[in-house]
Amino acid sequence: MSAQNRTFGTALWDFFCSLKLTIALLIILSITSIIGTVIQQGRTPEQYLQVYSERTYQLFETLNFFDMYNSWWFLSLLGLFSINLIACSIKRFPRVWKTVYEPVLVPSDSLYKTFSNIEEMVVAESQAQVREKIVSQLSSKFAAPVVTQEGEKTHLFAQKGGYSRFGVYVTHLSILIILAGAMIGSIFGFKAYVNIVEGTETNTVWARGGGGDIDLGFTVRADSFTVEFYEGTSRPKLYQTLVTVIDNGEVVKDRRPVIVNDPLKYKGIVFYQSSYGPAGDPTFGFRIRNRATDEVAEITVRAGQRVPLPGGGSFRVADFTPNYQAFGPAARVEVFPPDGARPRSFVVLQAFPDFDMQRGGEHIFSMTNFGQRYFTGLQVAKDPGVWVVWIGCTLLIVGSIVAFCLSHRRIWVTIQPVGQKTGVKIGGSAHRNQAAFSIFFDDLKKGLKDELKG
Amino acid sequence: MPGQDLFSTQIFNYTTIAYFVSMVLFIAFIATRNKSVALVATIIAWIGLGLNTAGIYLRYAESAAMGFRQAPLSNLYESVVFFGWSILLIYLLFDLKYKQRAVGAFVMPIAFIFMTWAQLRLNDAIAPLVPALQSNWLTYHVITCFIGYAAFAVAAGVSVMYLIKVNKEDDGSSSSSPAGGMLAMFPSTKILDDINYKAIMVGFPMLTLGIVTGAAWANYAWGTYWSWDPKETWSLIVWFIYAAFLHARFTRGWVGKKAAYLSIIGFAATIFCYLGVNLLLSGLHSYGA
Ligand code: HEM
Repeated sequence: MSAQNRTFGTALWDFFCSLKLTIALLIILSITSIIGTVIQQGRTPEQYLQVYSERTYQLFETLNFFDMYNSWWFLSLLGLFSINLIACSIKRFPRVWKTVYEPVLVPSDSLYKTFSNIEEMVVAESQAQVREKIVSQLSSKFAAPVVTQEGEKTHLFAQKGGYSRFGVYVTHLSILIILAGAMIGSIFGFKAYVNIVEGTETNTVWARGGGGDIDLGFTVRADSFTVEFYEGTSRPKLYQTLVTVIDNGEVVKDRRPVIVNDPLKYKGIVFYQSSYGPAGDPTFGFRIRNRATDEVAEITVRAGQRVPLPGGGSFRVADFTPNYQAFGPAARVEVFPPDGARPRSFVVLQAFPDFDMQRGGEHIFSMTNFGQRYFTGLQVAKDPGVWVVWIGCTLLIVGSIVAFCLSHRRIWVTIQPVGQKTGVKIGGSAHRNQAAFSIFFDDLKKGLKDELKG
Repeated sequence: MPGQDLFSTQIFNYTTIAYFVSMVLFIAFIATRNKSVALVATIIAWIGLGLNTAGIYLRYAESAAMGFRQAPLSNLYESVVFFGWSILLIYLLFDLKYKQRAVGAFVMPIAFIFMTWAQLRLNDAIAPLVPALQSNWLTYHVITCFIGYAAFAVAAGVSVMYLIKVNKEDDGSSSSSPAGGMLAMFPSTKILDDINYKAIMVGFPMLTLGIVTGAAWANYAWGTYWSWDPKETWSLIVWFIYAAFLHARFTRGWVGKKAAYLSIIGFAATIFCYLGVNLLLSGLHSYGA
């Protein structure tokens, strides 16, 4: 390798290890992420062309702004982010490992100078006595020290919470794990949806984003769909589909209610209640009483269908709603008199069977049945990477708590003869939460002073 | 539902008044440097927090009395009131530790503005939960997010103080000038910087938890833990900004003023994530509707 190559290699390595790169990447990711929140993602070209001019559309299309979170440039940013994370960890981890597991046992004067918690004293007792007392104090109040003899000097070193230095690495690793989980999901899983009309079944679903059909390998039947409203309001209370799963001719899930926030899971594929809608025109059951003759007819019609009335004339349902001002199904009925006069139009509510009496018409209408079939819209997802993501999330939280709340505390003591007496030097440091450590250190110092004087 | 006359709304009115009085007194403290004024302001802030807590509990009881057993975190009004509560909680906990009373003059206004907005502009009616929100995850998700947001509010407040103080010092105007006199009650830049950092150290893991609980809920309810919906994306943007802030600490040249600016930008992004997304963008999250 030539010198130039090596310098280039080193420069590249330093670039990837740089925390400035981290900050730059975090800021670039924040700013670019905004684009996808302002421009709606994953719509059809027609929808975009309603909003943007042809030229803007072309430009955005070229820049992948319509699916930016899956674009090559955004994924490259995430890739660079991961490399930065890995490089930084490789560079720093061995150093931190050494700090914790191969600590400096023989502190130099210059090391002592770096501490903000430091104390020196000279006492009358012998070195051995002093040593014994300090060892016992440290052991009971802090941690058992390692004793190192260096000529006339005795050095003690004790530490606590060394593992907390690894919290940052757990946090960083967890981010890589989450990204890995997301990749597993996008390679081996799918996201799809399916609309099933009540009473019918399917064994394929449609991939979202136009990826075609996906064969489930089993059959799903939507037995029924219901929507409930809070009493007296049009505020939805419940959307529910009863789903039956049939695998190899065998019913494995029987009329299992699938509601929002309670999905159905079978063979790693999960079904979520997500939408619904009417399937075809509804049918209406009417009981029609002839005011004059008291003759009653039960008639079932489809919306729009014109049917004869007993005793002449005809009627049809001109319009309807499944929920008229929170009173339930309503139909606007048009009655065509036999003489060809203009049709009369009025509203019939299923909830009030006697209401039409007051209209004073020739025929009294009550709605006995509102037969609307629905389709239920289910999201269908398979994500074998989701467990990896949750492991990552758990580590992310544990790691951040360790990184932020715990600290690595270290205490060094050097005992050496000073003339006939014994000199003691104590220094300590914490890698985080120094204030709390200072209080502890002062307390320890005071305890030692009392012990050594007494 | 129209025509509800809620006692909890009354209590929130008193809460808002308490926050207003406390805010005014904190500002008076900076002007007069009278320590008893600051003490009274702090006590009133505590009373406000007590009222705020009582109001939230009462609202829970009122919903239950209407037959809706739900955490009082179900619409924009309730979330704003809870945001006010969170800000006071985090602020007062920091006050217990640091006892830097001037900070109150920069944090109380945030709580006051939000409470006032809720009381004057938002619909306080209690309504039952739509199916999408019928989940315990809602509670975990909202509480963690809002504690995080509140910590960022405190951080942004002290960052503003930091910038005022540093800019005055850079001007070379000494403490003998009237403005310098006002600044006398400000904590030192070192303490301000420390509170900023510590508040973000509280807020960041809470936001992380908020994002994770949100993802867990989305996965449970919709089958995707992440769908780049604008709210999700904005919470990630906020998370990136504060991650940048935390790493800035390890890089020379990125501490002090730059950190303070990042903290303020982070809070602006937080507020956009909370409100701007609902009011200006469209997506899955239904609070603003
Ligand atoms: C390219 C990506 C990243 C790189 C290269 C990176 C690198 C670093 C480095 C070198 C440190 C200092 C460790 C030390 O010596 O104590 C650090 C701290 C930290 N990082 Fe990262 N980091 C990255 C992304 C993230 C992200 C996305 C998070 C979000 C959770 C994160 C969370 C933390 C935390 C919590 C600390 C400790 C901060 C503190 O002690 O104040 N890092 N990071």
